Amino acid sequence: MRRLLLILPLGLFVVLTIAFGAQLIRGRDPAKLPSALIDRPAPQFALPALSQAKPGFSTADLRGQVTLVNVFASWCAPCIVEHPVITRLAREERIPVIAINYKDRPEDAVAWLARMGDPFARIGVDPEGRAAIEWGVYGVPETFVVDAEGRIRHRHVGPLSPREAAETIVPLVRQLQRRAGVS
Amino acid sequence: MRGGWSVSSLLHPLSPAPSPWGGEGSELDAASPPPPGGRDRERGSPPRTRLLPILLLVAALLAPPVLAVQPDEVLPDPALEARAREISRELRCLVCQNQSIDDSNAGLARDLRIVVRERLVAGDSDDGVRAFVVARYGDYVLLRPPFNPATWALWLGPPLIVLVAGIAVAVWLRRRPTALTAAAPLTEAERARLDRLVRGDGV
Repeated sequence: MRRLLLILPLGLFVVLTIAFGAQLIRGRDPAKLPSALIDRPAPQFALPALSQAKPGFSTADLRGQVTLVNVFASWCAPCIVEHPVITRLAREERIPVIAINYKDRPEDAVAWLARMGDPFARIGVDPEGRAAIEWGVYGVPETFVVDAEGRIRHRHVGPLSPREAAETIVPLVRQLQRRAGVS
Repeated sequence: MRGGWSVSSLLHPLSPAPSPWGGEGSELDAASPPPPGGRDRERGSPPRTRLLPILLLVAALLAPPVLAVQPDEVLPDPALEARAREISRELRCLVCQNQSIDDSNAGLARDLRIVVRERLVAGDSDDGVRAFVVARYGDYVLLRPPFNPATWALWLGPPLIVLVAGIAVAVWLRRRPTALTAAAPLTEAERARLDRLVRGDGV
């Protein structure tokens, strides 16, 4: 009994080490929240177009094919980091990407896209951030994978890294595309 | 929006910001009446420097509490506004995460405060408004987490620990007095020796 008490601190230490180690290795950032909308239909909304060049979009535009929805803004620094990855997904992986331009000035967004390249199929503007609230967005950039039935299947908070795009986004999109093709 | 790059944190180390209280020409100095004699500053303890901390203290105590809620957000109906404040105190600001949207200056917190008020004006119940926000942001947005399988450990953990600790202490206390009372009574020889010690006869 007494000896057991002596070992107790060491035992606690080992348990805590394993718990913290597991958290560290899994690498999940507890500040990043899972979406409450996973597997639910994308919210109802309609966004006007950013410019004459491309249409805006509404919920109905998300049906029929697997789509990425990217929330971006010209004032958002991580968006600059992420943009080449999004561009690659659109141009090389041929995944349609629809953008929500969050709380931005249209002229700023147009200039930003002219400088950074514009891979988006449609761009809807959300100047008040109301559509973003419908999507449960709490910061830019965020990226959603929406399946062919218009349901949200995945959410990525923060800039998308090439690794996350290759290991998570592309396989998920391919899987959803196959499922949509079969049904 | 995310991340901590506020303008002030960028500017602060670069530009030595002029202190609003420092310097000869500060507003406070100008506003306070010149001390009698006027040359106190050169003597030992000028009343003006003693006055300044007191004035600062008074100003700090009189200052109204700083509110994140902007005047343009406030509803004309005080009853609805009170409900809105009540609800927003219980909703987490997802940008700052440890502040309620009622306390936070973040843009998203403001947007959510406005949404809460719009829902109330539209006739939603308090629970209806909360459900609206939870449907979009998940249970995490509630500062008072609901009781469900994901939060069992959270709600039941502390009482469980108190219970286990209480049982351990009870067992320990129950064991200790029996060990004390079980001590054998003094033998004849011991009693005689104790008597001698008390009388002071020496051993």
